[in-house]
Amino acid sequence: MKWICKMLPLVLLAGTAYGNDTTHIKPKIRKAPRIEENGGITLPDGFKATVFADTVGRARHLVTTSTGDVYIMLFRLKNGKGILRLRDTNNDGVADQSTTFGNYAGTGITIKDGYLYASSNKEIFRYKLNDKQEVINPDQPERIVTGLIDRGTHNTKSLVLDNTGNIYVNIGAPSNACQVEDRKKGSPSPDPCPLLDSVGGVWQFKADQPDQGYHNGVRFAMGIRNIVGLDWNKTSNSLFAMQHGRDNLNTLFPEMYNEDESAELPAEELFEIKKGDDFGWPYCYFDWQQDKKVLAPEYGGDKKKQDRCADKKKPAYAFPGHWAPNALLFYTGNQFPERYKNGAFIAFHGSWNRAPKPQAGYFVVFLPFKDGKPNGKYEIFADGFAGESREPAKATYRPCGLAQGPDGSLYISEDKKGRIWKVSYTKK
Amino acid sequence: MRKTFLLITCAAAFLLTAAQVKPKPVPKKVMDNGKKVYDTYCLPCHQQDGSGVPNMTPTLIKTTWVTGDKTKLVQVILKGLKGVEVDGETYENVMAPHDYLTDQEIADVTTFIRNSFGNKASMLTPAEVKAIRAKTK
Ligand code: HEC
Repeated sequence: MKWICKMLPLVLLAGTAYGNDTTHIKPKIRKAPRIEENGGITLPDGFKATVFADTVGRARHLVTTSTGDVYIMLFRLKNGKGILRLRDTNNDGVADQSTTFGNYAGTGITIKDGYLYASSNKEIFRYKLNDKQEVINPDQPERIVTGLIDRGTHNTKSLVLDNTGNIYVNIGAPSNACQVEDRKKGSPSPDPCPLLDSVGGVWQFKADQPDQGYHNGVRFAMGIRNIVGLDWNKTSNSLFAMQHGRDNLNTLFPEMYNEDESAELPAEELFEIKKGDDFGWPYCYFDWQQDKKVLAPEYGGDKKKQDRCADKKKPAYAFPGHWAPNALLFYTGNQFPERYKNGAFIAFHGSWNRAPKPQAGYFVVFLPFKDGKPNGKYEIFADGFAGESREPAKATYRPCGLAQGPDGSLYISEDKKGRIWKVSYTKK
Repeated sequence: MRKTFLLITCAAAFLLTAAQVKPKPVPKKVMDNGKKVYDTYCLPCHQQDGSGVPNMTPTLIKTTWVTGDKTKLVQVILKGLKGVEVDGETYENVMAPHDYLTDQEIADVTTFIRNSFGNKASMLTPAEVKAIRAKTK
């Protein structure tokens, strides 16, 4: 009896294996590949997108040249290189040539006055471009800035230049709220926060001097937790940037903030940054629902009290919490309808710190501007990046970079699978 | 008829032996309490389903830390972790120390993550956690 039991499954298995060999088995029907309209994203009426390139690596910021080439900074080296140049030789909206260079990874990349500027998480380099906007000497960049603090958290060094020979670079605070032990419940936040003299702000350097560092850079603005997206506004001739607001109000102060409040607060703030500004981190955060900067709970706040936060600089605009703004671009092209001109596009990477509430973001918004100031409410411009699920690990794409092409089209990068979209306005 | 009887007996015997080789099921109370600890302290970073956040926070699904050596796992929770590679990837965020959790809470939450999100690994007892805590500085 026992041996029959042991043998029976084997016999049955053999039977199914044999069955597979016969012609009874149904042929598998291959599903036709789904044709993705606009490369899987949704856009307003009249706009179309092509997949300019796919699976290029973890594409962070990107920049276009006057000849239409696209330079992309990668978050991790791919085949040993961190910068990618894509070219569309037949102008069909799809890159058909690529080259790579740079033995460092990072986030920041921009072009100004004949140079390509790119940053690792510690240094800024620049490369001279020839008249075809190609990097002349890809293996020998000039090192412009070195020795910037990189302690893992908030370490990316986004950058932009003004029109008078200065570089602005974000040096994020490697901390959520300046606690002695980051994000540990009950760990105190010293007052004053000792981090602020070397991180937690925007630093200014000269665009053309080699090997600058903290000793000759200028702390341009302070009290900023972390910036990834920033741009120079040509109308106001000033710097704008999107801060990543603090996390964990509920986990660190469960008796004060419930999960809903912690998901929505604080705001993701758009700053107009002038020299000497202080935006209040870590002492303050901006509550977009009350429209005021309030004292952080680490420093005695009770959700309402303002104290020293009353005179910290307010944001130019405030978005709901944790959307993770990773790129800011002022649109100056002529291709899109007139209302887009000089307005801001913002790419929100998508939240993780809203859990257990549903995550949000994972889209590109447009914020209208007039005379260098926000004018009206934001609207979602490009969506659908996440696919079925707006959860960070499951989202299909996470938008991360924005650039404007010489023909006025908009490029969007994302750092999960490495897709680059080229968005054009096609309505006549 | 006899054939059916044979099949049923065999199936029953088969299921019984299969059940014996599996690790003991984790008591519901431990899983419930482990989930409570997870939801309060771990979920904000590692997410509801343990899938983590790309570039920021590692997944807890089938990693060597979660399903491997118990001492290492308990020490991650006691001491936190920063700048350490997890299965070939580095992460930007920090794992804060959770030494304020009790032996019971750590035993339950480690047992919970070892038996959730598709993981299957043995339980931890508060006594084991206590012993690991004692030798952890
Ligand atoms: C503040 C965010 C945060 C919280 C809260 C947190 N973790 Fe982590 N955890 C991380 C990060 C980030 C790492 C990776 C650190 C590194 O690679 O150096 C990590 C690593 C781990 C690891 C080892 C790597 C892996 O994925 O297998 C385990 C296990 C783990 N965490 C379990 C937990 C448990 C259990 C809790 C709750 C008691 C918890 N974590 C709470 C952020 C967090």
